[in-house]
Amino acid sequence: MNAKPVLALFNAELRAINLGLDSFAANLDREGAKAIQVDWRPPAGGDVKAIAALDAIAAGTKVDVEKANAEAVRRILAAEPTVIGIGVAKDVVPGMEPDLILHAGPPVTWDRMCGPMRGAVIGGLIFEGLAKTPEEAEKLAASGRIRFDPCHHHDAVGPMAGIMTANMPVWILENKAFGNKAYCTLNEGLGKVLRYGAYSSEVIDRLTWMRDELAPILSKALALHGPIDMKSVIAQILQMGDEGHNRNRAGTSIIIRELAPHIVMLDYPKEKLSRALAFLNANDHFFLNLTMPSAKCTVDAAAGIEGSTIITTMARNGTEFGIKLSGLPGRWFTGPAGVIDGLYLPGFGPEHASRDIGDSVITETSGIGGFAMAAAPAIVKFVGGSPKDAIDVTMRMYEITNAESENYRIPALDFRGTPTGIDVRKVVETGILPAINTGIAHKDPGVGMVGAGLVKPPENAFRDALVAFAEKYAKRL
Amino acid sequence: MKRITVKRGAYYDSVFLMLATRGLKGLAGVRDAIVAMATPMNVELLGDMGFPSAELDGLGPNDLVVAVDAEGDQAAEAAVKEAFESLTKKKAAEAAGGVAKVGSLSAALARDPDANVAVISVPGAYAAREAGKALEAGLHAMVFSDNVSLEDEIALKKLAVSKGLLMMGPDCGTAIVNGKPLCFANAVRRGPIGVVAASGTGLQETTCLIDRYGSGISQAIGTGGRDMKNAAVGGMTSLLAIEALAADPATRVILVVGKPPAPEVAAKVVAALRASGKPAVAHFLGAPVPADEATIAYASDLEEAALLATLLADGSNDPATARTRIRDDSGNDRYNRPSKRAIEAIAVAEAERLGEGQRFLRGLYTGGTLCDEALFLAHAALGGVRSNNQTDPAWTMADPLRSEGHAVIDLGDDFFTAGKPHPMIDPAARAERLEREGSDPETAVVLIDVVLGYGSHDDPAGACVPAIRAAKAAAAARGGYLPVIASVTGTPADPQGYAGQIAALEAEGVVVMPSNYRAALVAIEIARIAAKGGAR
Repeated sequence: MNAKPVLALFNAELRAINLGLDSFAANLDREGAKAIQVDWRPPAGGDVKAIAALDAIAAGTKVDVEKANAEAVRRILAAEPTVIGIGVAKDVVPGMEPDLILHAGPPVTWDRMCGPMRGAVIGGLIFEGLAKTPEEAEKLAASGRIRFDPCHHHDAVGPMAGIMTANMPVWILENKAFGNKAYCTLNEGLGKVLRYGAYSSEVIDRLTWMRDELAPILSKALALHGPIDMKSVIAQILQMGDEGHNRNRAGTSIIIRELAPHIVMLDYPKEKLSRALAFLNANDHFFLNLTMPSAKCTVDAAAGIEGSTIITTMARNGTEFGIKLSGLPGRWFTGPAGVIDGLYLPGFGPEHASRDIGDSVITETSGIGGFAMAAAPAIVKFVGGSPKDAIDVTMRMYEITNAESENYRIPALDFRGTPTGIDVRKVVETGILPAINTGIAHKDPGVGMVGAGLVKPPENAFRDALVAFAEKYAKRL
Repeated sequence: MKRITVKRGAYYDSVFLMLATRGLKGLAGVRDAIVAMATPMNVELLGDMGFPSAELDGLGPNDLVVAVDAEGDQAAEAAVKEAFESLTKKKAAEAAGGVAKVGSLSAALARDPDANVAVISVPGAYAAREAGKALEAGLHAMVFSDNVSLEDEIALKKLAVSKGLLMMGPDCGTAIVNGKPLCFANAVRRGPIGVVAASGTGLQETTCLIDRYGSGISQAIGTGGRDMKNAAVGGMTSLLAIEALAADPATRVILVVGKPPAPEVAAKVVAALRASGKPAVAHFLGAPVPADEATIAYASDLEEAALLATLLADGSNDPATARTRIRDDSGNDRYNRPSKRAIEAIAVAEAERLGEGQRFLRGLYTGGTLCDEALFLAHAALGGVRSNNQTDPAWTMADPLRSEGHAVIDLGDDFFTAGKPHPMIDPAARAERLEREGSDPETAVVLIDVVLGYGSHDDPAGACVPAIRAAKAAAAARGGYLPVIASVTGTPADPQGYAGQIAALEAEGVVVMPSNYRAALVAIEIARIAAKGGAR
């Protein structure tokens, strides 16, 4: 027998990992030994099939998972998301057609769409001139003459309902390191807005103004400014109190700073330029529609790597929450969209809330948003009230990720990089679900935002993905 | 020499950069250094300082520049390395003191890559899986959990042995590694005796007695009850532990304690002890005691095992010499064994006051091995004792809840603990039983163990006191007297306080003996006197 490792133990300092009764760890601590307590829960919540999948993957796979994941993570970390312009959806978004409406989340049909998404579809059809009244729009949407498809199937992402139609202006981002692009509409602000399912004339008028006036102004200013390196902007906003999803005040401010000198040089009447700047200034979340496509083109570069268990998409449509794995391209794994644990605007409560909705969880997928909660003390109210709670949220995310960002750093964690590269194995094993920040839409179309908070994704989506992964890659299951 | 290193698209806050710059300037061989973003101003500054401007062409404010003016290549390289290290340095925000908490074994390993032991007390259905992961990660494992299948145990031990790792358990209640208590263990002095034990309270009793004799423990390795007993497990952990202790310079004597091994395992264990080159002591509870060998002493009880190990470690190089140093209890109370006379004297003093009809011994144990030791002694001496731990089916209790005749009961048995805490953690069930035995007019003597140490109840003696008081009062009310005999397994360094526990028992009129062996002898003697009609 080889007793060397035992002798090595005898000659080393005892450093224990304690799984189970925490008094055993406390006793070791009291006796001056190092001990880490594992807050143990049954793996995969005791789900036998998922545990078998975990064990099968650990026992051996046809492709080296660790190597595949290292490559996926390398690509995420190496991404260089850059704002390169503004275009019209039908001109730039792959596969965009006049009869096509893109929506947030995994695929969903009109009859299964939640209220806010239906409202946004109605608004989109009116905006496009395909319907004159909400009734007409509903009829058209249900007629089968309009096609629906996830934004994610067209290199795009959309916040909340995520509705994108052919004539909407969109941000164009390019991942300079890999050449892939991502698209997202311009953020409309808060209150009654299309993404929350509002479709009144005020909403349509704003969309029209954005298309006809705001987008051209921003597009020209951006041309004068040149491409915006989103990686360095996001690195900065994380040190200015934003986490990149629910708080966008710093990011929006930076964009205004970057563009303002060029906006004022444009050959437009002063009032129009002022209106554009005032609009940006009045909308804290303007920047969200830039972080989202940044995150999208970042993680897309890591999609489709044989044998990788890294999650490259998370998205919700108000009915279902879905994820995709790098190693299982093209496949969605879904579960029911969650109920949001949140704080509400005056006059609203949980009874008004729609279920979890939107592609904005792409920010968490890329390692910011809820994962960078510790960077945003101003919004700790969403996670329990104290900066310590926010730090705890981020610390937990290190347990389900494979890397730490080299660029996105959190001051409160001594500038530790944000947890990046969610490994579905770790999510299933630990039962620690990705922390997702989100806004809350009113469940009825046409009302808008009623609050914001945290949402738990459905565990079964992660377990199903893991089981499917084991079926494809494990040598024996 | 002036060197420039660039990292494109890497934004750092200026405070960070200033700190990094300051760090570089203090390095040996570095004349000047700048760590900065390539803003036009910084590029100009670097040019003015004489850095090659060609390398700065096309850089922008989002590109990081490390510029070093050093005395040589080596110094420059070291400085550049230092710059990137200081910028990418990771620091986990640790909680201030105490035990860090994480969500999984792999996260714990990430937190402490130097961790060397996994202590596993999760439900049995999952314990093997966690132990397998720990072993695969190169950790030694201690599995406290029970309900791990025999097949799983064999597979885990094969894996462990192939990697040279200790797989303690399953169902391993105690170990002391590098002086630190794992699970249920006492605060025992460190010393020259290495213990391999297939039983929990057997390990606790011997290590505490060794401490009392003034010696100490190098390592105490628990193996789990099946390790030696089951031929298919084959003593895998025991044999590895013996080999490690044989090679461990801090261990001068090896002590093996357990239930009787399977014959082929016993042969291997004995062979390993012979091959160790060190004096050894073996004690297998309830098995016939072989004659001593040249280097192996066979002990007849836990106390003798501890004493022989102590003597072998204290200058007696062979069992024969060690045994010559053992005295009867007259006068020499360091290395002594109880004389028949001394035990009788104590027993008689207690038995004197027994009432009519008090006839039977009732042992109420929280520790399984301590129970077995008393049971084997009493069964042989009293001609038949019932127990839920009986190996003889004729004497197995039909209903462990009801005592009949002489009975020695293991209250830590699965029968009693299903859905309840172990009586070492919560002695309430034992206290209840004690009170019940006291109300039985046939009870002549109650024998108990009190196990201290980490993991055990905060005040196990105190937890018995009301029941002892009630039981003694009930006997007195019937015109009799109830002797209660106890031993306390513990050391002065244990968190419960050894002296205080004894004092609390003695204040209630309990006879506290220095070992379980002696407590059992006294109780058996009282029962014998009672059976002979010694009570007046």
